[in-house]
Amino acid sequence: MSTQTHHHPPQTLAQKLIAKAGGKSHVAVGEIVNCQVDLAMFHDSSGPRRLKPMLEELGAQIWDKSRVVLVMDHYVPEQDDDSRRIVRIAREWAVEQQLPHVYDSLGICHVVLPQKGHLKPGMFCVGGDSHSPTGGALGTYMFGVGSTEMLGVVVTGQLWVRVPQTLMMRWNNRLKPGVTAKDMMLHMIGQFGMNGGQYQAVEFSGEAVKALSMQERMTMSNMSAEMGSQVGLIAPDEVTRDWLATTGAKDVQIEGWHTDEAADQLVHEFDAATLVPQVAAPHSPANNKAVTEFKNTPIQVAYIGACTGAKLEDLRAAAQVLKGQQLPAGVRLMVAPASLQDQAQAESEGVMHALRQSGAEVLPTSCGACSGYGGSIPDGANVIATTARNFKGRMGSATAQVYLASPYTVAASALRGSISDPREVLA
Amino acid sequence: MSALHKVWRVGADVDTDQLAPGAYMKLGIHDIAKHCLEGVRPEFAGQVKTGDVVVAGPNFGIGSSREQAADALVKLGVKAVIAPSYSGLYFRNAFNLGLLLLTCKEAELLEEAEQISLDLNQWVVVRGNGQQLACDPIPDFLVAMVEAGGLLPQLKLRLQQQKASS
Repeated sequence: MSTQTHHHPPQTLAQKLIAKAGGKSHVAVGEIVNCQVDLAMFHDSSGPRRLKPMLEELGAQIWDKSRVVLVMDHYVPEQDDDSRRIVRIAREWAVEQQLPHVYDSLGICHVVLPQKGHLKPGMFCVGGDSHSPTGGALGTYMFGVGSTEMLGVVVTGQLWVRVPQTLMMRWNNRLKPGVTAKDMMLHMIGQFGMNGGQYQAVEFSGEAVKALSMQERMTMSNMSAEMGSQVGLIAPDEVTRDWLATTGAKDVQIEGWHTDEAADQLVHEFDAATLVPQVAAPHSPANNKAVTEFKNTPIQVAYIGACTGAKLEDLRAAAQVLKGQQLPAGVRLMVAPASLQDQAQAESEGVMHALRQSGAEVLPTSCGACSGYGGSIPDGANVIATTARNFKGRMGSATAQVYLASPYTVAASALRGSISDPREVLA
Repeated sequence: MSALHKVWRVGADVDTDQLAPGAYMKLGIHDIAKHCLEGVRPEFAGQVKTGDVVVAGPNFGIGSSREQAADALVKLGVKAVIAPSYSGLYFRNAFNLGLLLLTCKEAELLEEAEQISLDLNQWVVVRGNGQQLACDPIPDFLVAMVEAGGLLPQLKLRLQQQKASS
């Protein structure tokens, strides 16, 4: 790539990724580019039940089945006739279409997709789910689209984008113990608002981001959806390469996939060392303050779940707080691991044992209560969750008060029966 | 004389869970539409008429990728949404479903139940008193998508033309 920079204007990572997908040497901000899609992912809710009838209506075929991934994660395990019908449609369609990449009840799509080695730096991908920007953690240009737009992709293999500006979120210094990627995201969402990203590209950089593990990076990219950006990118590095090596992904190239220093970008600077655990109060992820501002807020339900907050590292964080401790009466802690692979690893490390011993209930690995598709959040309860959204009614009860926080903070709050600073418990 | 459209006002940050509540997502679009905006305007879905417009504050459609949040308004006959800003994902979904979204900085000047007209050549909203509110122009290919009724009918036409010419 270094020879190219002599001949072309400096480009952001987002511009480089779009240029590649559009078959161009470089692109300009604001330009509309027709891109070739490397991979399309959808789930049981957004996928077959909506794509199948539209494909039949068109009499069209999938453009390239090897580039399609189907994940059953929203309506599994089936709980009623409607969910049984929806999941059956997905399973039957997968067989009928002979789809080569189908992951049924193995975990949440945004976690399973990279774990199965489908994402690599330099790819241009779409997902039928708003948390699809998770793929940005691997240097993949990935964002969510609705089912009709997905139909267009599935038929043509192409998709338009308007080249975004890049908002460079540079996190200097290192996070302190007990402070996580989730806290960084809640802080930024609170500062910029839920549409502060203006559907541009957000890129996370700086010492604190480089020091994050791959799953923590995924939490950042995942919640760029709550900032209203199109993508949440992180330039791939050795951490990316080493993690991808564990997934079986082949031909990984990290060189060149970064924002050129001179590229036009809007830089925001943050100090990771002074960040404290954050909590978002009902009913918006942008409604955040330091955890210390919520002292004595009682909690009846704690939920460690979702693509945002129940990956292996999230489970480890919760167990670190809860190990050898007992939940108080009147607090219910539910843990729904984000993937079976993460759950198995957590079992082998004693993490799941520590959670169960503390009194946590372990729920099936699926989207579950996060999206109000399943689970049991009681009316009127105060809930603290590791999920990404606390919109009114989202978790299934319009009267529940849902607070968002990191797995450390959720576990510490469950342990004390009120919103608590995990640094006190960990100390 | 261009058609008049009645205004339904909603606030800022109307999210996809309000437009298409999760509890009804198992149902078909016509049943989801019956619950559209019930959390903020319980009478909306029952009383909105074909050709009416929704006028909102900033950040309309934030949240999930569920396109039912746009389709519900289409099925209820809503002609357009007028707001100062949208979720980018919602913006794409709306045009794919054939719903016109007008980005208008001064949208919140419009009042509940007032009658307005839309001039899509000049990209302005025209109020009863003649006041004109400027909207951001929309690229031609998106206007064509709305005129076709969305991406699905557009794709259908394109595939038919390909078949006919081959």
